[in-house]
Amino acid sequence: MSLDGWIHRKSKAAGKAARKHLDALPDGLWTKCPKCGEILFSKELEKNLMVCNKCSYHFKLASPQRLEVTVDDGSFVEMDAGLSTVNTLEFPQYDAKIQKLTAASGLNDGMVTGTATIGGYPVVIGVADFRFLAGSMGSVYGEKVTRLFEKGLAEKLPVLIVNCSGGARMQEGLLSLMQMAKTSAAAGKFGEAGLMYIALFTDPTMAGVHASFAMLADVIIAEPGALIGLAGQRVAAQAQVMKEPPGYRLSEWQQDHGMVDMVLPRREIKDTLVKLLAAGSHGGSHGA
Amino acid sequence: MALSVLDFEKPIAELDANIAELKRISEEEGIDRSADIEELERHRDDLIAQIFANLTPWDKTLLARHPNRPYSLDYIRTIFDDFVELHGDRLFADDNAIVGGWAFLDGNPVMVIGNQKGRDLKERQFRNFGSSKPEGYRKALRLMHMAEKFGRPIITLVDTPAADCSFGAEERGISEAIARNMMEMSLLKVPVIVAVLGEGGSGGALAIAVGDRILMQENAVYSVIPPEGCAAILSEFQRDPARAPDAAAALKITAEHALEHKLIDEIIPEPVGGAHRNYEGAAKFVKEAISRHLAELEKVSTKKLVEHRYNKFRQMGVYAETQCENG
Ligand SMILES: [Zn+2]
Repeated sequence: MSLDGWIHRKSKAAGKAARKHLDALPDGLWTKCPKCGEILFSKELEKNLMVCNKCSYHFKLASPQRLEVTVDDGSFVEMDAGLSTVNTLEFPQYDAKIQKLTAASGLNDGMVTGTATIGGYPVVIGVADFRFLAGSMGSVYGEKVTRLFEKGLAEKLPVLIVNCSGGARMQEGLLSLMQMAKTSAAAGKFGEAGLMYIALFTDPTMAGVHASFAMLADVIIAEPGALIGLAGQRVAAQAQVMKEPPGYRLSEWQQDHGMVDMVLPRREIKDTLVKLLAAGSHGGSHGA
Repeated sequence: MALSVLDFEKPIAELDANIAELKRISEEEGIDRSADIEELERHRDDLIAQIFANLTPWDKTLLARHPNRPYSLDYIRTIFDDFVELHGDRLFADDNAIVGGWAFLDGNPVMVIGNQKGRDLKERQFRNFGSSKPEGYRKALRLMHMAEKFGRPIITLVDTPAADCSFGAEERGISEAIARNMMEMSLLKVPVIVAVLGEGGSGGALAIAVGDRILMQENAVYSVIPPEGCAAILSEFQRDPARAPDAAAALKITAEHALEHKLIDEIIPEPVGGAHRNYEGAAKFVKEAISRHLAELEKVSTKKLVEHRYNKFRQMGVYAETQCENG
């Protein structure tokens, strides 16, 4: 996929209009930084890997964008793309939501998995896509993550998972909750085989995803300013007697508390991944 | 203990009061009214059967949270002998929202671990309303590894609204504690039996609920999110926590649903009118189920045990699959 495909572009006329009404048209030729309000030239923003050059805000990346900045060009081969949601609980409005999201994103679920190389090192990779019901984990998501670990185990490849999720998916009830146990068990079995598992936490990495396979990685990298924690903000606010301290549960706070290995700007992540894979890869063209 | 009565229990409570009154009068007056009493009791039991045959998922949520429902320590006292409680995670603190220790089931040593709620306000605060902090889950894991070291089975009793998610819990890695427990439990080389006895509150419950057998009491609930929370978040329920009964129905949080979706192995019956009306009776059912499953599991080799446990959780989930070119 090309970088041009990242952002839906308006026509030239719309671009002109955008300059007149910058706030009203944030995703055209110009993009407004949601954090500092700076108006950024979209092309420049893309070149900067969707990081604001004024305040370093890291824009959320859709799964194709994330793959683009993470794996070697053209190396990604998707697995299990044919898995799709079944509304077993007959949860109200769930079918319609899924249909709408699939039509809009071209995705069957908020977890995209496959094989790729990073700096020449073969990996099995999973990338969460926040557009799809806030990257929430239901049965399909959990199955894909489990198969990803099993693929890594079968082929003796390291696993990288890029997280961007609000947690377990409510619409699949207890089936969603059990994906936490299922994926954690898969991570455990994978880990017992002496294979490396790397997690990247992006904004947000929360709740049922954070409190399951995500926290079980050997190495955890976080993008700056990502919200990382167990309780959603609504629940967290109810639980706090005092006002939250500044930076509470953001990447840097999590690093200070020993919960992530490092906080890295987007541009530095790939180089670090290559070093980690060099340390932890088995088999493959570069393996031990 | 102060008796609490749910709205749908009120007709039952009225009959209970009448029966008690009649018994008192007949004793005072020395007149035999046993026929009247028996009839009233029959009437009451019919009423209970009628009410309990039509419980909604929300009614069951209220029963699972019933202030008079027996808690883990009530079961431990009744089911096991010589409970020796062990404390602390050896890392930071002891967590009173989880209890655990050695106990004897018909003379055989087991490790028993359970969420623990409090009865009165003071006790509730002491038990943090049954919500565990990371140190609770880490204590539980320490005890599970101890059981594994000595080759003893593990029995966990689940009854928690949710994990604690206060500042301190997040600060000490509550997510890590939950995740690690689920992973480590999937690898344990001894039998693990889980009994969901009240509220199976999301990850906070699951952190001690990965086992070879998952049993669930008739009126227990097990959910990915409390119905109130779900109703408050989703526009389907107008983001109104008062729509919790609808959310409870949509979330399918009852034991029947869990069994239907192959997420639990068996429903443990409760005495007529719910566990809170008869602790001894409730414990008897729980003990019978645990003993029977334990006897089965003790015949399974360690290798098979761990393999089956993995496969058990591996198959959880429902999805469709079509073959793709790149699949
Ligand atoms: Zn900015």
